[in-house]
Amino acid sequence: MHPWLAFVCFFRILFGRKLPEAAVEFLPEGAVAKLLPEKAGGKPEKAPEKPAEKPVEKAPEKPKVPIAQHHREGALALLALLQREGRFVDFVRDSVEGASDADIGAAAREVHRGCRKVLDQHLTFEPVMPGNEEEKVSVPKGFDPAEIRLIGEAKGEAPYRGTLRHHGWRVVDAKLPTLAEGVDRAVIAPAEVELQS
Amino acid sequence: MRIIGIDLGTTNSALAVAGDDEPAHALGVNQVVGPGEIAERPTLPSFLLLPTENEVSPAQLQLPWSGPMRYAVGTFARERGAELPHRLVSSAKSWLCNPSIDRTAQVLPFRGAQRELDEAMQGGERVSPVNASARYLAHLRAAWDDAHEDEPASEQEVLVTVPASFDPVARELTVVAAREAGFEKVTLLEEPQAAFYAYLAARGDAWRKDLKPGDIVLVCDVGGGTTDFSLIEVANDGGTLSLERIAVGDHILLGGDNMDLALSAIVQRDLDKQLDPLQQRALVHACRRAKEQLLGDDAPKSVPVAILGRGSKLIGGTIKAEVKRETAEAMLVDGFFPKVGADAKSERRRTAGLREMGLPYAHDPAITRHLAEFIGRFGKMPTAVLFNGGVMKADKLRGRIVELLGTWAGRDVKVLEGADLDLAVALGAAHYGAVRRGKGVRIRGGTARAYYIGIESAMPAIPGFAPPVKALCVAPQGLEEGSTVELPDDELGLVVGETSTFRFFAAATRKEDPAGALIEADAQGMAELDPVEKLVEAEGERKPGDMVPVRLEAHVTEVGTLELWCVARDGHGRWKLEYSVRERE
Repeated sequence: MHPWLAFVCFFRILFGRKLPEAAVEFLPEGAVAKLLPEKAGGKPEKAPEKPAEKPVEKAPEKPKVPIAQHHREGALALLALLQREGRFVDFVRDSVEGASDADIGAAAREVHRGCRKVLDQHLTFEPVMPGNEEEKVSVPKGFDPAEIRLIGEAKGEAPYRGTLRHHGWRVVDAKLPTLAEGVDRAVIAPAEVELQS
Repeated sequence: MRIIGIDLGTTNSALAVAGDDEPAHALGVNQVVGPGEIAERPTLPSFLLLPTENEVSPAQLQLPWSGPMRYAVGTFARERGAELPHRLVSSAKSWLCNPSIDRTAQVLPFRGAQRELDEAMQGGERVSPVNASARYLAHLRAAWDDAHEDEPASEQEVLVTVPASFDPVARELTVVAAREAGFEKVTLLEEPQAAFYAYLAARGDAWRKDLKPGDIVLVCDVGGGTTDFSLIEVANDGGTLSLERIAVGDHILLGGDNMDLALSAIVQRDLDKQLDPLQQRALVHACRRAKEQLLGDDAPKSVPVAILGRGSKLIGGTIKAEVKRETAEAMLVDGFFPKVGADAKSERRRTAGLREMGLPYAHDPAITRHLAEFIGRFGKMPTAVLFNGGVMKADKLRGRIVELLGTWAGRDVKVLEGADLDLAVALGAAHYGAVRRGKGVRIRGGTARAYYIGIESAMPAIPGFAPPVKALCVAPQGLEEGSTVELPDDELGLVVGETSTFRFFAAATRKEDPAGALIEADAQGMAELDPVEKLVEAEGERKPGDMVPVRLEAHVTEVGTLELWCVARDGHGRWKLEYSVRERE
C-alpha cells in the first residue's frame, strides 16, 4: 500500500489538499500541523496520537521513510506514464534547435495526444474560478489566497474587482495507478532491444 | 444476492451489476496497465500474455489481490503482447467455437503453420481456449471480490453472454470456463438479446411507445472481431406487448479490427518509409482514431496521422501521413458496407485444398451482404434497428445500414436509441438477471436452432458409398430454458463397452420440424456440428457388445445449455451424451 499512498500524498500535496489520514503517521514530528490546512478542523489534534495506539510489534514493518522518498516514487511513476503514452521525456529532452516547425509540430501532435490521454484517464480538472478569461470578476470576501492569486495592489477590504487572467486549474479527482512493490521506478522507460529473427 | 452481468467479448470484456433495487450499471475493472502499474479501466481487453521471466518480470504483473504473477490479462497484456506475439493469446472466444481444433487442448498461442513460432515458444506455457476464457473470467471475479469483500462473486447470480450463434458445445465450454473461474451460479444469455435488454433498461416503460405489435427489430452487433445479427419480433399478447427472438445469424468473424487493418494498409502504401512491426501497430491504432473522426458527423476533410520514431530522438524522426475522408469512406463505408440489393448473398471463395488451419475468418468483407443474406433467409424485413458494438459508433456506418434497410423494405426503419455501445451487453446481462426475478419484460426465444441426431439408414453396403444419413430432430427450434422433450421410441441403441458416436446437426431455418421428425441430413439449412458420444460400461447384466435399446431426451437447462440424454427403454439407466471436442477433419 505504501507506494499508492505515496502517490495519493504526492498529488494531494501538489494540489494543496488534505493528506489522507493513513499518511499522517509517516510524517516527521511537527510536520502534521504545518501540512494540514486549517480547514481540516479537529483532525490535526487527533492524528499525532495515532502512532501511540498502534501495537508495538507492528512498528518495525513500517519504517519511517522521509517524505521526499514518497514524492520520488509518485513523481517517477507519473513521468513513466507520460513517457510511455506520450513520449514526454523523449520530446522535452530532444533538442529543437535547428529543427523545422513542421518537424516539431508533427512530433508534438502525437506527444500531445498521448499526454492528454494520461491526463484524461487519471485526472479530472476544473477551473478554480468560474467565468471567462479577460472578463471582469469579483473576488469575494474571505477568499483563499492559495486559490486566487491577486496581481497588483489590493486596496481596502474584499470584495475586489479585477480581470480574470487565468482561471486556474483544480484537480477534483485523481485516479492514479496503484503501484506494485518491488518495481524499480527509476527506470521510467526500459531500453528496447529488438532480437534478430 | 446481487446480479453480475459479464460480457465475455472477443476483444474486450466488461462487467455490470444490478440488484433488487439497483438499476444495472457498469463497473470498471482493475488491471495491470503498465509494468507494476494497476489502474481501473472501463473494460478488460480479452488478451492473455504468457511471458517468461526474461520477457516480463512477475513482480511487474502483480495485482492488488495477488503476489507476483506469471501471466497477465487486460491492457498491459495487449500492449506488451504486441512486442511478444508468440506469447500472446487473443480472440480466445473465436477459438472456443472453432470445431477444427480440440478446444480443450493447449493450443494457444496458436502456432498454425508457422513452424518458427514453435521454436520461439521454447516450451513456454500454452493454454486451451477454455482455460484462456477462464482466466479472463477469473480476473473479473477477483476484481469484483477485491472491491466487494462481503459479497463474494461466487455467491452472486452471474450472467455470462455468448454470441447467439454459439453452438451447444461452445455454450457448454463457456459454462465450464466460468466454473473453472470460480463462478458457481452461471446462466448464459445471447449477446444481441443482452443488447436489447440494455435498451429496455435504458428506456424504461417508454419502449412500449417506440414499438408496436408486428414490429421486427434487427439487432446489428458489429464488434472488434465479430458480427452478429438477431431479429426480435414484437407481438400483442393479451393486450400487452411481448417480445420474441425469432432468428439468429451465423458466427461471422469480421469486425472493426479488419477495418482498421484495411485502412492502415492504404495509408502505409502511400508512405515512403518502411514501418517496423511496432510502428505498423501504432499506425493501425492511429487509423482507428482517424476512422472514428472521419466517419462521424461533421467529419474533417482529412486527419493527419503521425508515427513517432522508435529511438529517443523524436523530432525529425516522425513519419507523417494523412487519411483523407474520401479514402476512408471509399474503403470503410463502400468497402465494408457496400450498397447491395436485398437479394445479395455473401461471397464464399473456394477454400484452397491445403488451407492453413486457423480461425475461419469471413471471406467476404461486405457486412451488408452478410446482413442481406441473413434477412433474406428469414424472409421478414425489420422495421426497426438497434445497434451495438464499437464499430456502430460511426454515424456514417449506422446511416448506411439504416439507408439499406429502408431500401430493402421500401419504408423507413426506426432506429432505437440504446445504451453505451461498448457496455450495453454487460449492462443488458445484469438487467436480464433482474428481469428473471420478475422485474420487466422478458424476451422469449428458447433455442435458436433445431438440433438433429444423425441416423445411418439400414441399407446394404455399397463399396465407395457411405450409407445415406437421416437426421432425427431431437430438439425443435424455440425450446425454452428448463424444458424437456421426450422423443417417441426409435430403433436407437448404445453398444455396451464401446463408445457410441452420433453425428450431430443443427439448422437455423427449420422452425417447422417437430421433435421426432426424420429428414435428410443434407436437407436445406442443415449444418453438421461436433459429434456426440457415450461410452456405456459393462455392468450387471450388461455384457460388452450388448445393444441397449434407448430413447432420446433433449433438455435445455436453466443455465442455457442443451443436454441430450439416452434413457434405457427397460428403465435401467440414463446416460448423458457428451459433446466430442476432438479435432475434426
